[in-house]
Amino acid sequence: MSVNSTQTTHITPVTQQEIAQNWQTICHISDLVANAGICALVRDQQIAIFYLPEDNSVFAIDNYDPIGKANVLSRGLIAAHGDELVVASPLYKQHFCLRTGRCLTEEQHSIRSWPARVTGTKVEISAP
Amino acid sequence: MTQPTVATPSAHLKPQIIVVGNGMVGHQFLQSLADSDQLQNFSVTVYCEENDLAYDRVKLSSYFSGATKADLAIGDAEEYASWGLNVITGETVTAIDRHQHKVITDAGTEQHYHKLILATGSYPFVPPVPGHDRERCLVYRTLDDLHLIRDAAVNAKSGVVIGGGLLGLEAAKALTDLGLQTHVVEFAPRLMAVQLDAGGGDMLQHKIEALGVQVHTNKNTQQICAGKETFHCMQFADGEQLETDLIVFSAGIRPRDELAKSSLLETGERGGIVINNQCQTSDPDIYAIGECALWNQQIFGLVAPGYQMAKVAADHLIGGAMSFTGADISTKLKLMGVDVASIGDAHARTPGARSYTFTDEHNEVYKRLIVSADNKQLLGAIMVGDTEDYGSLLQYMLNGIELPANPDTLILPHYIADGSEQSGLGVAALPESAQICSCHDVSKGAVKSAVANGCCSLSDVKNSTKAATGCGGCAALVTDVLNHELEAIGVTVNRDLCEHFAYSRQDLYNLIRVENIRSFSEFFNLHGKGQSQGCEICKPAIGSMLASCWNDYILEDQHVSLQDTNDTFLANMQKDGTYSVVPRIPGGEITPDRLIVIGQIAKDYNLYTKITGGQRIDLFGARLEQLPPIWQRLVDAGFETGHAYGKSLRTVKSCVGSSWCRYGVDDSLGLAIEVENRYKGLRSPHKIKFAVSGCTRECAEAQSKDIGIIATEKGWNLYVCGNGGMKPRHGDLFATDLDKATLLQYIDRLLMFYIKTAERLQRTSVWMDNLEGGLNYLQDVIINDSLNIGAELEQQMQQVIGSYQCEWKTTLQDPQALKRFRHFVNSDTPDNNIRFEEIRQQISPIKAEAINIISDRSA
Repeated sequence: MSVNSTQTTHITPVTQQEIAQNWQTICHISDLVANAGICALVRDQQIAIFYLPEDNSVFAIDNYDPIGKANVLSRGLIAAHGDELVVASPLYKQHFCLRTGRCLTEEQHSIRSWPARVTGTKVEISAP
Repeated sequence: MTQPTVATPSAHLKPQIIVVGNGMVGHQFLQSLADSDQLQNFSVTVYCEENDLAYDRVKLSSYFSGATKADLAIGDAEEYASWGLNVITGETVTAIDRHQHKVITDAGTEQHYHKLILATGSYPFVPPVPGHDRERCLVYRTLDDLHLIRDAAVNAKSGVVIGGGLLGLEAAKALTDLGLQTHVVEFAPRLMAVQLDAGGGDMLQHKIEALGVQVHTNKNTQQICAGKETFHCMQFADGEQLETDLIVFSAGIRPRDELAKSSLLETGERGGIVINNQCQTSDPDIYAIGECALWNQQIFGLVAPGYQMAKVAADHLIGGAMSFTGADISTKLKLMGVDVASIGDAHARTPGARSYTFTDEHNEVYKRLIVSADNKQLLGAIMVGDTEDYGSLLQYMLNGIELPANPDTLILPHYIADGSEQSGLGVAALPESAQICSCHDVSKGAVKSAVANGCCSLSDVKNSTKAATGCGGCAALVTDVLNHELEAIGVTVNRDLCEHFAYSRQDLYNLIRVENIRSFSEFFNLHGKGQSQGCEICKPAIGSMLASCWNDYILEDQHVSLQDTNDTFLANMQKDGTYSVVPRIPGGEITPDRLIVIGQIAKDYNLYTKITGGQRIDLFGARLEQLPPIWQRLVDAGFETGHAYGKSLRTVKSCVGSSWCRYGVDDSLGLAIEVENRYKGLRSPHKIKFAVSGCTRECAEAQSKDIGIIATEKGWNLYVCGNGGMKPRHGDLFATDLDKATLLQYIDRLLMFYIKTAERLQRTSVWMDNLEGGLNYLQDVIINDSLNIGAELEQQMQQVIGSYQCEWKTTLQDPQALKRFRHFVNSDTPDNNIRFEEIRQQISPIKAEAINIISDRSA
């Protein structure tokens, strides 16, 4: 299994600079669920981590659904719409982009995304 | 009115209307008056000779195949009361005093009228052959007649219907439904001599005989006397004899015009009250409508013209300008399961008329077209065995649409048309005014505007226009108009499931079966397109189909990411991200020990508890990580998962039936538990609910369920495709008096057929509405096995039943699966967003806004 850390993150450059150094190990890769999400607690932040085994990539966004107002996004279904990968909220089905956290249906409810990668058997997130 | 008037006793009263007769036509008159919103301007009295208010006489024979009085009822005492009518049942008007404007009844009452409506209908004609008045010689006309027939049939083995017309064949169906060896005796050389020609009559006879009814044509009954082996012996003019236990006369009808005759209204030479185009008799204050009326020397023995007269009379009373100008007596029906139709000049009596005839002895189809001498106009048609083109042909005739160059193509089988549209038979040719649905008088234009207003399916059109909701015979034609209109406004009906699969759900299901596909990724590799991740449409849909077909453990690695959160965590997510726990309680029966277990668990985890509408117990407020330990305790106590989270069988509601209830006819509770255990875990396009009632009191409300079962003295009645939800719908009576094996066989077949053919998230009710032919078609497929798939459906259901497992039990044994139930992968801290307050001594989620305030304060 080759590790590819360059293609896993796509966030705005500013944010990337700010937090580029803060990689921290969250869990073992066997804790992830293929093609689905889990939730991690990172410095009091609830972060949803999604795992696509096909290219060994992981994505990290806020777990809090700002529309349903509950910590549930890690339990949503991953969906591909065109080229965009999203998670559909399990509460009211709004789509949040896995790469950017953008809410495709209601922009004003967009959430944060975080750099994430798989290094060896470790899952790492860069969060402040 | 400023002029003072001399008060007479009636001057302050509203105009008095008396309606004599509360049959289908009499009811329609009242309905029309009510619809006009002018009912309150009149004082209306209705005399109903029978004890029952108006009922559907056309469907009388269904009384013997399980329909109840309530099913047949049209008139409704409560509704009449709300209309302010004075309805008097069981009383007959015996005389009219035209001079003093009053009627006199057999109870001796006299009542004044300003306007009088005679809707007295007709009576069955009994030929005066010697012996016609013997015991067990009956007629077929009213509910009371049916009771007499039923009583007479108790110890009878055989029955004869005299008269092979439309009603006679209906009566014959009633006798076969009563289990009698049935004969039809007809004076004419063929059946339905009024509507059919020799070829059609022969084909109909052949088909009916194949159903076990013996048909005797050219038979002139000379005498009925006592039989040797049986109660009667019929002696015919040709010297032959026929022994039978019971005789039903159905040799035509005669108008009930005796009131009119005795009050010297004008009547026809051969009976019938003469009316004009406004349905007035020779006395302008008296109207006659329906089968008692004679218009232009014609009596109409069908209900549609009677309805038309009722509307005209009501309209005239309130000053409208409608008039009755005759009625088309074309007819299409299913007689004993045989499709028969007759249009217009079926006997080619028009001078110069020519005809085209098609006979297919292999498939037992006979069709004849009667066209004008110049080959351009359709004058009439006869169809036996295949009436699919009835709607289109009727429109050709009614609208005088010019025929295509070769009219014979209109009756030739469709495959001759080389797969393309049949020549000229398209709905495009019909004018806007063409009546598509005759039961509810819906025109092509009305269907068209319904489509323009957003209707995209047959079911939408039905709801919006009522088209195809009466007899249902026009469903095919309505569908044609619908599809044509959708195409015309540029709507391509795209039935692709989503951007990843260019197939309908039904196609996908067939692919899974035929290619033995076992996983989403395998399916995507073979038939998918775009990103292999799929989406929130195709993943759960295919997950559900895989489960319906193979019933694998739903959380196996290859399936787990396909499921919506409820299926993934085997519980229902609530608004705050907690879950509900719903153990299965088959039939609602639970031991005290198990009740205590549930109560103890709820107490230990501080869960909110509630009894559900489906006779189970909801436990609310469980956090994700609490689900496994809660379920471990439930499974240890013998509970199974209730599938409250899945598109699957939910509950089978039940009353206690014969085990405890004073009125229970059969063991509804035992059956409910049995069917719940049979179908538990079955995944389907939408959730499915059942109920079983132990008697017709219907305490389990079975008629509002997808599958409803009601005990009768003779077995189980099966109702199908009802539902609650946003659009509640009562189930339709599907089959009656079934033994348990047959009942389960029908349910197996029906549910599997639904699973195979319904759209994603389509309820059984919408599914059935969208089947062309609706209930009748479904009965044909399930009961008569017309597609020859019954055994296959049963076998597929058996596979699901045989591979049932409790998903929670399996999950609890799998440490890998249990890892997913942690809220945080890296911490045991609970989700701090879940907060409760106490309401009515139980927990309740704090509103999200309130949580924010709390968080702000604590931050």
